[in-house]
Amino acid sequence: MSAVAPTTTGRPETAPTTPAALAPRAPRTPGTRRRSLQPGGYLALVLATVVLGAPLVWMVLASMKTPAELYTVPLQWLPGSVNLDNYAQAADSIPLGRLLLNSVGITVVGAGLKVALGLTCAYALVFLDFPFKKVVFGLVIATLMIPPQITIIPNYTLVASLGWLNTYQGILVPGLASAFGTFLFRQHFLTLPRSILEAAELDGAGHWRRLWRFVVPMSTPTLAAVALVSVVTEWNDYLWPFLVIDRPDKMTLPVGLTLLQNTDGMTNWGVLLAATVVVTLPILVVFLVLQRRLVAGLTAGAVTG
Amino acid sequence: MTTVLTPDSPGSSGTPRGSSSGTAAGAITPGAPAPGDTASRPTSTDAPAVRPSSNPAGLPPSDPADREAQALHRSRLGARRRRRNLLWALLLAGPNLVLLLVFVYRPLLQSFYLSTLQWNLGSPVARPVGLGNYVEWFTAPTTGRIVTTTLVFTLATVGGAMVLGLGLALLLNRRLRGRGVARMVAFAPYVLSGFAVGILWLFMFDPRYGLVQELLGWVGVASPQWYTQRPWPLVMIVVVYLWKNLGYVALIYLAGLQSVPQDLKDAAALDGASSARTLRSIVLPLLTPTTFFLVVTMLLASLQSFDIIKAMTQGGPLGSTTTLMYSIYEESFVNGRAGYASAVATVLFLVLLAVTAVQMRFVQRKVHYA
Repeated sequence: MSAVAPTTTGRPETAPTTPAALAPRAPRTPGTRRRSLQPGGYLALVLATVVLGAPLVWMVLASMKTPAELYTVPLQWLPGSVNLDNYAQAADSIPLGRLLLNSVGITVVGAGLKVALGLTCAYALVFLDFPFKKVVFGLVIATLMIPPQITIIPNYTLVASLGWLNTYQGILVPGLASAFGTFLFRQHFLTLPRSILEAAELDGAGHWRRLWRFVVPMSTPTLAAVALVSVVTEWNDYLWPFLVIDRPDKMTLPVGLTLLQNTDGMTNWGVLLAATVVVTLPILVVFLVLQRRLVAGLTAGAVTG
Repeated sequence: MTTVLTPDSPGSSGTPRGSSSGTAAGAITPGAPAPGDTASRPTSTDAPAVRPSSNPAGLPPSDPADREAQALHRSRLGARRRRRNLLWALLLAGPNLVLLLVFVYRPLLQSFYLSTLQWNLGSPVARPVGLGNYVEWFTAPTTGRIVTTTLVFTLATVGGAMVLGLGLALLLNRRLRGRGVARMVAFAPYVLSGFAVGILWLFMFDPRYGLVQELLGWVGVASPQWYTQRPWPLVMIVVVYLWKNLGYVALIYLAGLQSVPQDLKDAAALDGASSARTLRSIVLPLLTPTTFFLVVTMLLASLQSFDIIKAMTQGGPLGSTTTLMYSIYEESFVNGRAGYASAVATVLFLVLLAVTAVQMRFVQRKVHYA
């Protein structure tokens, strides 16, 4: 993805210079055609941006509207004022602050553990020799093809029999195992120069030190990508926490949204949308700030499988 | 799997090149030296010991004995080393592996077993019925409707995402100012919670106060009853699914487009090919691996989609938006028929497996193409 931006400026100068000497007529034609198409291109670009972005803007605007502003028949586009009553009301109906804390906690702990599990597992798969290594790798990779849906009923009965319904570990533990992370880390580790690790070994660094002092510092982009993807999936995860939790004080934000939908229903859009903003905004902020790394992680599947 | 999937890289432009070469290396490194490794490593550590013994070459009788001692020493060293390695491997890979076995492989097998039982969630009694649940599913009056809904939803979302995604990618590939912003806006929905997105769009589709009915009003179309009147609830879900996943498809396509060699396009332009012709005869064929990857990925994701349906229609009205995936949830956790639901889950699993199998075969053939 990083290659996308620089080409923007580089192309127009370099393209005409080289072929101009060989075929003076040719480059001019596509050049003029391109210029004549630009207004159409910009129109389409603006249209696409507006259409794709409108729902998010509309959500934020609606979350600040009073019922009177929401339910008028020629639609009122902007709220009369920056009015956070809907947020307060949502926090009255469901423990919004508590849900936010739950979501943050579960996301941070879950993503952290997932990264640690993937990191250590990939280290063992790349830098250690042990029997049945290929079998272990096969087992890890094959889980990428097992849809989580098929595991839900047995996992639910297991979690229930452990007494883990309505607990944080009930939400967290069954989803911890890292296949995607292990895979990405392994791919990256295979590109690391072996000589550095061999030198570290000669200096008497054990595996634990080699992992944290040498491998981890050389893997920050992959680390960031795996961590961000884990954060996004943990935060957005819905079905599993929805099944495991029915007590409001243990819910995550998306599950709490269900609660609000069921209690306030579609009669109170402002409140429901205020809660929706609370669910979506943190991830949007993460996305805006760390866009490149997050996109690299989410689209890594296209490159690696 | 690694080697199989590498050839996707035509669809992966500049950045991935590093990782794809890594994949290629990976195919060689762990595969080839793994057997030789255990033998070669101990020798290198023993190297200093070997030399002095071979230096006094005038003593032939000591040679075999010496060698024996060395072999003993070596194997003991190797054994210790191997034991230590195994310990580290258990420590480092063990937790992940145990979690995978307990929470992925165990439930996978148990699900097959549950599918042969007549058993309700939380009930202490279960009656083995063999393939009865499967027979029931194949003969149930609702199955036809569920399969049709799943097919329509899947084809519409995959097809729509491919066409619109390619269009968006072509647009984003042009040297226009502000395309970075457009790319960001297009991708943003992909990172959001599916459930929240469903709620948000439910409001967009509100037949009286929604933005969609307003826009339709501008062109003089009366808003259909999105929530209640078939087939509109299904259309609504397809639209939302497309909105959420379009950015992903466009971004992968964009990476593919940027890896199409400029000389090929220049050559086509020299030959007087129109841009539409270049697209059809040069760009699209070169994008085949990307297209194929996206179709499979979208197919798998679409068949498993749940959050949006749960948020917007709960499978209704009258089951008109109940897909295979949603029916598994409904049968197990609403109706409590866990045994039957496990059978349906197995059916879905087999479908997904078939899609994956086709992908692996096809991509393997693509190796020769790329």
